[in-house]
Amino acid sequence: MEITAWEKVKLARMSVRPTGLDYINQILDNFIEFHGDRYYGDDHAIVGGIASFGGVPVTVIAQQKGRNTKENIVRNFSMPHPEGYRKALRLMKQAEKFHRPIICFIDTPGAFCGIGAEERGQGEAIASNLAEMILLRTPILTVVISEGGSGGALALGVADRVYMLEHAIYAILSPEGFASILYKDASKAEQAAEDMKLTAQDLLNFGIIDGIVAEPQGGAHNDPQQVAENIKIILENDLKELLELPVDQLLRQRYQKFRKI
Amino acid sequence: MNLNPFRAKKYAISKIYRTRPQEIERPRDIPEGERPNVPQGIMTKCPQCGYMIYTKNLTKNNKQCQECGYYFKISAYDRVTMIIDDGTFEEYDKDLITEDPLGFPEYDSKLKRTQIKTGLADGIVTGKGKIHGIEVMLGVMEPAFFMGSMGTVIGEKLTRLFEQAIAERLPLIVFTASGGARMQEGIFSLMQMAKVSAAVAKHSEAGLLYITVLTDPTTGGVTASFAMLGDIILAEPGALIGFAGPRVIQQTIGQKLPEGFQRSEFLLEHGFVDRIVPREQLKQTLGTILKLHDNLGTEAKGLN
Repeated sequence: MEITAWEKVKLARMSVRPTGLDYINQILDNFIEFHGDRYYGDDHAIVGGIASFGGVPVTVIAQQKGRNTKENIVRNFSMPHPEGYRKALRLMKQAEKFHRPIICFIDTPGAFCGIGAEERGQGEAIASNLAEMILLRTPILTVVISEGGSGGALALGVADRVYMLEHAIYAILSPEGFASILYKDASKAEQAAEDMKLTAQDLLNFGIIDGIVAEPQGGAHNDPQQVAENIKIILENDLKELLELPVDQLLRQRYQKFRKI
Repeated sequence: MNLNPFRAKKYAISKIYRTRPQEIERPRDIPEGERPNVPQGIMTKCPQCGYMIYTKNLTKNNKQCQECGYYFKISAYDRVTMIIDDGTFEEYDKDLITEDPLGFPEYDSKLKRTQIKTGLADGIVTGKGKIHGIEVMLGVMEPAFFMGSMGTVIGEKLTRLFEQAIAERLPLIVFTASGGARMQEGIFSLMQMAKVSAAVAKHSEAGLLYITVLTDPTTGGVTASFAMLGDIILAEPGALIGFAGPRVIQQTIGQKLPEGFQRSEFLLEHGFVDRIVPREQLKQTLGTILKLHDNLGTEAKGLN
């Protein structure tokens, strides 16, 4: 059954949808969380650490939504500050040093827009991640599990393979924001969602993502284990393939992936 | 009548540089019927202090208001003329136009109108030229083209510029001016952030110099990509530079923003800009920086 872009937006934002930690706990073993950017603080909107993926040590980083309002306040609704992106970068550079592949889970409405975020260089933090990730000498795999909110999402999305869950969205802006800027009417969000082409199917057609992870009828929350298993199979296959490539070739292909857009 | 009462600013700035005053006394409002009939173009009104300036004086003065120091936005070609040695500029990719990747409603008609109005195919001019005799690659964004918003053409032209700079081993300067991403190109605009940043990274890896000059305004996806990646980041005084726009931040936090927030001086204080350079000193400053990075002399003398 076809569902509209707007229905997907609503699905992607449902509070019952599985989060990054849910998938980390299903797919990976021995997960140990690490904290801090070593400059300023620890951003709870991003969870990161090391784990084992089918026996292979990996670094995993996830934007993390809260499972209830209280938790969401702690997690800032998975809207990271600069220190979140700098924590992610620190962990990714560490992964490079120890030749560990990196797995990223994207799930954010966007980078946080606050005074502290600007004071601490939100733009610079995102830009640094983009420039560093493209040259990291280790495979990077990214899965957009719910909302891929603009630059705040892309900062974890410069990868060798990028996947989206079937009902996930990935966009330059929220449909509401898009509607208020281009249609001068935030209530036209449903129309904006259609015009923006922000669904997984759209992005696959455009060649911007590498594949779609199937979800059960009604959404991932109806069978999180199955979705985790689907993600695991895809990542296992990709990792095997990418680990066999000489690093220079890996980097050439990663550059081309974004060069052709 | 003193039209320019400076007020104290919250963020300390170097006394040499003029910045935007926080409150300006406006000239007495003249009722409709009494306004002198001035043909358009001869006079320009300063949007900041309201002072009426002879347009030809404005052009002579680097498009800066003599009363309050406000910097008018200048066109990309005007900037090229200000910065590049006469007759040395070779433009690249002049006719590159967008393929409208989303097939967005009414985008192509708006594009055509803007192209006619500005004389540009899209929002950036790129090419090669000399500054005080030193060869450099240059990109200048055009704020009048869809508010300098970045879409596939700006992304592609910049990426090609960096790739060409790597091939010729040249330093590269970008003047930024952007209201953010080109909405009508959606996810393609977002991906340009990654694409250009990747080219910047490769250029840097090759040991080459990249200077950004942030002009008013520099926001959104441009700030969160190539604008903040310069080895050296300069800014014009009083420019609005940030990731999120001030209105969005105000709405998000439900509070008034501090004075001077997101202006060049704020960024300087918070450690994100190397230097604020008044417009009339930019060419000299860039020339000096380029000279200090021009290693050919020392290599030739075997000092390396």
